[in-house]
Amino acid sequence: MKPATTLLELRELRTVFHTSRGALTAVNGVNLSLQEGEVLGLVGESGSGKSVTLRSILRLVRPPGKVSGTVLWRGTNLLELPESRLRKVRGGEISMIFQEPMTALNPVLNIGEQITETLQEHTNLSRQARSARAVELLELVGIPSPKERLKDFPHQFSGGMRQRAMIAIALASNPKLLLADEPTTALDVTIQDQILKLLLRLKDTLGMGMILVTHDLGVVAQTCDRVAVMYAGRIVEVAPASELFAQPRHAYTLGLLNSVPGAQATRRPLIPIPGAPPNLAKLPPGCPFAPRCNYVTIACKLEQPALQAISSTRLTACIHFDKLEPVNAQPPLEVQP
Amino acid sequence: MAAPSLVASQPSSRTRVVLKPSLIAGIVIIGSLVVMALVPQWVAPYSPTNFDYQAVLQAPSMKHPFGTDNFGRDVLSRVIWGAQVDMQIALFTTLFPFVFGTLVGAMTGYYGRWLDAIFGRIVDIVVTFPFLVLVIAIVALLGPGLNNMFIAVSAVGWITYGRLVRGEILTQKKAEYALAGRVMGYTPSRIIFRHLLPNAITPAVVYWMTDMALGILLGSSLGYLGLGAQPPTAEWGVIIADGKNFMTTAWWISTFPGLAITVAGIGFSLLGDGLADLLRPKG
Repeated sequence: MKPATTLLELRELRTVFHTSRGALTAVNGVNLSLQEGEVLGLVGESGSGKSVTLRSILRLVRPPGKVSGTVLWRGTNLLELPESRLRKVRGGEISMIFQEPMTALNPVLNIGEQITETLQEHTNLSRQARSARAVELLELVGIPSPKERLKDFPHQFSGGMRQRAMIAIALASNPKLLLADEPTTALDVTIQDQILKLLLRLKDTLGMGMILVTHDLGVVAQTCDRVAVMYAGRIVEVAPASELFAQPRHAYTLGLLNSVPGAQATRRPLIPIPGAPPNLAKLPPGCPFAPRCNYVTIACKLEQPALQAISSTRLTACIHFDKLEPVNAQPPLEVQP
Repeated sequence: MAAPSLVASQPSSRTRVVLKPSLIAGIVIIGSLVVMALVPQWVAPYSPTNFDYQAVLQAPSMKHPFGTDNFGRDVLSRVIWGAQVDMQIALFTTLFPFVFGTLVGAMTGYYGRWLDAIFGRIVDIVVTFPFLVLVIAIVALLGPGLNNMFIAVSAVGWITYGRLVRGEILTQKKAEYALAGRVMGYTPSRIIFRHLLPNAITPAVVYWMTDMALGILLGSSLGYLGLGAQPPTAEWGVIIADGKNFMTTAWWISTFPGLAITVAGIGFSLLGDGLADLLRPKG
């Protein structure tokens, strides 16, 4: 295996929405990096800033949102790139797929037109070559009889098919990075599995990196190499997926893992995280998770804990990372005979 | 791969376009008016401007189904030739407003900010004046006549299209496919014209049809007032004005062009309604 090179690096990424009720910091100083061919999971509750982080990378945040910091894409800072050069990166080098395949396709253009359009924008292929490539792409994402389906409109496709078509569009010009914003949330479980397997297969064949935003820990376990956990706009823990699931090193991650059903033979009670995510307009001075945390001490409330390395592969922003119980510490449910 | 039998190609739903009776009626009415406008000399039994002093103010008969006016001109022929002028009015009072208003609405809706603010103030100014008053004022300034009327109506009429399209674009640009377009690195013009506008233009097209009816009404009103088409041009409003002195003795002179305006109005409304149904996005 060749030494991994860094594809994308976020430094102190900060996205602030200036609203009439004050400044909302949706992304608050995020530092992250992604290696070539790596799948990074970005997990957290709704409103934790996962999607905004993803959108900030490509500067898709509309006013009143403001992005600052550095987004280093293969050596260039995307946040300082002029709009015309950024357009070459969008769709050409970095692509994105969305949660709602129902609305992410244009209802008045047929699938073929929507794929060839991307090719027209990002490649020099001739007309015939473009439609040939479109057929190839539909085949790649597993749509049967692709030649005939090119003429079909989005409303003639099922949800899973639309997501496949969306992936085909996103991959049309061989991007090096795919940003997937909850790509399977709107699909039923069997289709979810198909789409995830498809994404992983494509990632390997095309050698892409991938950032997968999701709140589904099952999806993360199945697909990601590394996981970053977000809370209130901050990264609170980064770890290889297997290590994270084995032993979380942040109280919030532990809470997340305890609040979802596992696939173990023994059944155990689900432990919800009490309270609600904090108001982003007025965060508490210390650790943002402190008000909901079981391990909270006075030190947590005094100062915002920094993200620190605790091993060569792991980072956490929890000062009690070594005191956390293992996952599923609760006794199993007693099953009535 | 997944079971192909479930997704085998169905007959394309685009080929099965069902026309509703109201739309057909609209097409028939407007179609016949267009034929009259294009080749009135083949449809009309007489010339619209020939005087016949042997047959002055004759009531409707087999020879003159709509009667004759005070110069002995055949009213039916004048109404048919009038279609030519009034269909022109319908088209030219609305074409520029439709195109320009749609463009302005798309731009302001998409870019927003200061562009939108400027547009908003212009709208505020224009809507404070009653439409007809503003048009008459502009015509009075430029002088009467068809061309000046077209200019006056165009100068005011695009506002409505601009507002319609702007509102639609505002909704459409929040749709995920618009974001997807930005993600794919498309230029703003591609996103606006190829992605947003086709999804946003339906109300404007439908309003266009209604507006043509309003344009004919306006054109006839101005013709009646002597500010639009000038006599002896056969224009429906002008014919009505010609007949107003004979209302009590020769009702047919003003009545038939009036009916023609009504029928044209109904035709455009039916067409607009039918198009609205037809253009509504499926699925």
